Amino acid sequence: MIQSAFAVYYREILILRRRLTRLIPSWCVSPLLYLIAFGFAMGKLVTLDGHTYMEFLLPGLIAMSSMTQAFAISSEINIARFYWNIFEEIQAAPVSDFSYVAGEVLAGMTRAFLAILVVLILGFLFGVTLSLNPWFWLAILLNSFLFASLAVGIAMLVKSHADQSLMTSFVITPMAFLGGTFFPLENFPAWAQNIIYFLPLTHAATAIRSASFGTRPSGISLTILGVTGIVFFSISVLCVKKAKD
Amino acid sequence: MIRIQNLNKTYKNVQALKNVNLEVSKGELFAFLGPNGAGKTTTIRILTGLAKLGSGAALLNGFDVGNRSVESRRQCGLVPQSINLDRELSVFENLTIHGKLFRMDKPERNARIDELLDYVEMGDRKETLVKNLSGGLKRRLMIARALLHSPSILFLDEPTVGLDAAIRRKIWALIKKIQQHGTTIFLTTHYIEEAEFLADRVAFLDKGSIVVVDTPEALMNRMGTWALDHLKEDDMETLYFNDRKEANEHIAAHKDSFTLRRVNLEDAFLSLTGKKVS
Ligand SMILES: Nc1ncnc2c1ncn2[C@@H]1O[C@H](COP(=O)(O)OP(=O)(O)OP(=O)(O)O)[C@@H](O)[C@H]1O
Ligand SMILES: [Mg+2]
Repeated sequence: MIQSAFAVYYREILILRRRLTRLIPSWCVSPLLYLIAFGFAMGKLVTLDGHTYMEFLLPGLIAMSSMTQAFAISSEINIARFYWNIFEEIQAAPVSDFSYVAGEVLAGMTRAFLAILVVLILGFLFGVTLSLNPWFWLAILLNSFLFASLAVGIAMLVKSHADQSLMTSFVITPMAFLGGTFFPLENFPAWAQNIIYFLPLTHAATAIRSASFGTRPSGISLTILGVTGIVFFSISVLCVKKAKD
Repeated sequence: MIRIQNLNKTYKNVQALKNVNLEVSKGELFAFLGPNGAGKTTTIRILTGLAKLGSGAALLNGFDVGNRSVESRRQCGLVPQSINLDRELSVFENLTIHGKLFRMDKPERNARIDELLDYVEMGDRKETLVKNLSGGLKRRLMIARALLHSPSILFLDEPTVGLDAAIRRKIWALIKKIQQHGTTIFLTTHYIEEAEFLADRVAFLDKGSIVVVDTPEALMNRMGTWALDHLKEDDMETLYFNDRKEANEHIAAHKDSFTLRRVNLEDAFLSLTGKKVS
């Protein structure tokens, strides 16, 4: 079982390696823009809970990058499925639905980790250093697991690559802006806070932020991330069958 | 061995397969012949676990493709109708991924990759990126890939579609060679001469139903040995004769122009279904 999950993972990693020179610049673009636009512009004027805005922003960007990059596996799967029919090569092999999802999720998580390293380096260049303790990595692990699992499930359900982009615009982009990435949750009106509280990214951003400031993240946030991740993963396994006609 | 019993498959409003029954024995080269949309690919997709079975049963070497799908998939190799290689990766990488998917360990896998690349005469292309291969080489690579894990059944869905005559013949020779190694082969085609040249037995499939299953020789013998093509206004009429003398007498007795030729599988197909295969 593990072996065929690794075969699926191995394929994604070979492709990732071939594309790395194009991917790394793309991982830099949006964090860089946010750091320049928000970090520099607001940096001098704003301090939040005793931290500069830049220090507040960077963990949010890390939460955001780990989400978008883990989720990006979705469109990789779709391109391979709708344009190159690669999904069939894997489905014709003795690979269980669980192994398939595990391999793809692992690939999404790897991509998220690499993207985070890039953001950390950018942050360092902007003079922000965070505390990279085990809690920090755990929060990232859970966040990327959650969004990679969601990504695989959605990739199995959509009927075309266009539907896929729609999901990104309606789910991922709004979450990136609202999930506690750029502003503290407390700045939103109460009704909005109630909604935002249920976005997984909110918990990832707050957990990653507390860890980077050297405090222990809230157990509730970590539990919510972990449980949601397991639920998404299980649903994805069930969705693989749906992708067969 | 392949066994298909009362297989039905419906997509939304099309019944793609209607009560298909079929048995292919070990080592046999079986051809599935039929026009576009007949259900050839659907049959292969069900047998290889890519599409869900509607009703009925299908077994590969005794393993049910419905509820023992991981085991049944291990029995077979598939060369699908459309190319499904990773274009950005090399020939070697594509084969390695396949070997890993079938849990081959590294020494076995690498030895087998070299062996098969020689077998399909692509030994010098190991490091070439797939996107730089010609259509014929991509097909050959897909065949090598399908054979990598030494399956006992090989499914070939239109293995020579879109290839030129010389390369088609090369692939035919390769398919024969694979059969001689003891592999059961199930191939679909709409090139009649392909089935005639390769197959031990053929099935004609039309609109999801099997019209007939027999050896190419027996099917052709049903028609006679000689065929006379005769152009009538806007259609072609063909007359069949058991011996050449009779045919020549017919030509002599009529003023029109005729073309005399041997009966082929297409004649059998035409008379059974009333239409051409492609
Ligand atoms: N995924 C699908 N959804 C809906 N209908 C389908 C699907 N796949 C096949 N069909 C329909 O099922 C029928 C059989 O198709 P199939 O692809 O098996 O034919 P085929 O014999 O392989 O034809 P060709 O020679 O064109 O490859 C066709 O009417 C086709 O439109
Ligand atoms: Mg077909």
